[in-house]
Amino acid sequence: MFFPLAPSPTSPTRVVITGAGIVTALGLGWKPNAEGFRAGRTAFRPVSLFDVSRQRAKCAAEVDLPASPPVSRLNAKQIARLDRAATLLLLATCEAWRQSGWEPAENLPLVLGTTAGGMSLGEAYFRQATQTPRSHRLQSTRAVHYQPQVQARMILDALGSNGPVTIVSNACASGSNAIGHAWELIRYGRAERVLTGGYDALSELVFSGFDALQALSTTICRPFDARRDGLALGEGAAVVALETLESARRRGAIILGELIGYGTSIDQHHLTQPHPHGDTTLAVMNQACAVAGVTPDDIDYINAHGTGTVLNDSSEAFAISEWAGRRAATLPVSSTKASIGHLLGGAGAVEAVICLMTLREQWLPPETMFETPDPACKFPIVQKPRDARVNVALSNSFGFGGVNGTLILRRWT
Amino acid sequence: MSRVFVAGLGAVSPAGWNVAALREALNKGEPLPTQTISRPGWEKPLPARLVPNPAVRPAFLAHPRLRRTSPITHHVMAAALEAMAGLRANPDLKFRLGLVVCLQSGCVNYTCRFFDETLKDPATASPLLFPETVYAAPASHVAAVLENISLASTLVGDPSAFLQGVALGAQWLDENRVDVCLVIGAEETNWILADALRHLERPAILTAGAGALCICREPGFSAGVELAAITDAHTFSARLSRMQAARAMRGQLGKSSAGELLCDGTGDSPRADAPELAAWRDWTGPRISPRRILGEGLMAAAAWQCVAACDAVAAGKFAAASVSLVGSNQQAIGARFVRADSGISHLSTGKSIGNIPS
Repeated sequence: MFFPLAPSPTSPTRVVITGAGIVTALGLGWKPNAEGFRAGRTAFRPVSLFDVSRQRAKCAAEVDLPASPPVSRLNAKQIARLDRAATLLLLATCEAWRQSGWEPAENLPLVLGTTAGGMSLGEAYFRQATQTPRSHRLQSTRAVHYQPQVQARMILDALGSNGPVTIVSNACASGSNAIGHAWELIRYGRAERVLTGGYDALSELVFSGFDALQALSTTICRPFDARRDGLALGEGAAVVALETLESARRRGAIILGELIGYGTSIDQHHLTQPHPHGDTTLAVMNQACAVAGVTPDDIDYINAHGTGTVLNDSSEAFAISEWAGRRAATLPVSSTKASIGHLLGGAGAVEAVICLMTLREQWLPPETMFETPDPACKFPIVQKPRDARVNVALSNSFGFGGVNGTLILRRWT
Repeated sequence: MSRVFVAGLGAVSPAGWNVAALREALNKGEPLPTQTISRPGWEKPLPARLVPNPAVRPAFLAHPRLRRTSPITHHVMAAALEAMAGLRANPDLKFRLGLVVCLQSGCVNYTCRFFDETLKDPATASPLLFPETVYAAPASHVAAVLENISLASTLVGDPSAFLQGVALGAQWLDENRVDVCLVIGAEETNWILADALRHLERPAILTAGAGALCICREPGFSAGVELAAITDAHTFSARLSRMQAARAMRGQLGKSSAGELLCDGTGDSPRADAPELAAWRDWTGPRISPRRILGEGLMAAAAWQCVAACDAVAAGKFAAASVSLVGSNQQAIGARFVRADSGISHLSTGKSIGNIPS
């Protein structure tokens, strides 16, 4: 029963990650992504998915999808209905699932973040309805399958599982909030394990929206650089298998890392602009640290939200600098959006998995195109590939509308 | 065990801009008259029940954040303010407020307008429209107007997800992260939604609006209703049909006692309603079906069911009311609300809720 709530454990349950899947324009799966992020590769290229000839920006980080989807329990009809976003999600899910060693279950909670779900299907519906209004071919299917909860159900079917589906849509914080919500479900004893993550595919509407706002870079996406001129869009998905430490130990599972802190709040300053001094960012980072029982001195790496827009990065730079205090001078920070673009609803989840990579493999992802620090940055931006001791990593995510999220992950040794 | 009380209700529907109008329409029991929405490229318009213009322009529209917002934000805002009216009557009352907004289709008006502009010429597509297309926009605007919201989230799903929103609010209360939580389900109408509904459930008539529950831990602020249960989410799958999921939900809500109300989600579509009707076949008590009167309001309709159930219990007409939500493509989930001592009269005492001193 969702309510009455089961009594919370006397002390919060420890939550570990036993599976992780990632898909970005750097590649499909952990290995190509880890190699790409470690080297600071960038994955931008001219957009091929739709016409951008009348847009200011022309590039994005597109994923090369495989010729066929991963092997799963989906039948041919279901596979035919997977749109681009659902395919990205399925790829990440299957990788996380295989790694976790979980068996199919009838009560597996699935918590996903997305901003657009199957937007490409919605776009196709609109085009057909306006351009050939007498044609109804495929419209019913599109009307159903553009909905993210239907995509989520498809994922459960692919795994031979079932369970409650929760779709969080807090704009660009969706992925982070989904993982945070899943973490809370386990931490407070409401679930033993949860599959969670975020996803979004490139779509014409969203590209056009950011372009209309003049938020897209027409040069190079350079988060925190004084000469930055905007963000670059990307697409992808990441999914993690979260479970109680007790469950993981009982199964003898390989533990990839521990999720130790989460904070979320809402910035009421503006629909699309953060508070100039990052007040809410500061609060949410403090909140996550308090929950995790760590201080800025304990953090070894920050994967910043760092979109590359003037307003976001200056606000976040203020907040990180204020939050870290003296630690700021030596605290490595980077934004991996410099490599793969902004994945919107997928960003928080993908960046959490990148943090997991840094913890597992002990390196920091650089921004190789970064040149001139913004004066608001009192912290060093990781510019060159390098190995590092990383025991605790923090990931920030902020969304249109003001909802934000901070996740803190710890190395498992 | 945590207890959760309903402190206030709000509604915007084709019947009008408050709970009283919703109540009156449901009590009358007659389907509201339909209007039409014109669809580009078709001579024959599509039927819909539109939300009437409010008798007086809502004062909240003067807020600068709401200047360019679409109808869904107006619906959400009006329902939120009505549900919060009791608590806001005492400005000395301090509390941490949570907000959960639940949507199925969300901000379709601006999405269609913006995409239409994009297809015509992306170079001139309006930057004012795009931010209002995101699911999170209504929650953001409500947070800006109410100011004391410390935690917010937008959930997307089929109409049954409204009760997941209520469960999330209850969870935040239980974890002492907020003292009061607004849970709002909302939608707006436009031609493309009416068109999609025609493809999926031809007899259904599209409508829009919002419903809001204001929930809290403090019994002294109850409006006379307590949340007794929310069932598991019985997610449809290859192995669990809508029919089976509806039965499982019904089974978890248990046998009713005499004098209880059922607020179901059936409407005008025999095919879509069949699983829910079958699950409640043995129900002999009083029953209301807001969709039959108001139309297919998607997430708003689910919220109206809860509002109507709580309103009936608060008014003392029933000792308890069950809400049955058999969603279109996600899950079946139900809830039960029971009568609680009303503490709403204490609202003027300047008392603080939770841990925040007044």
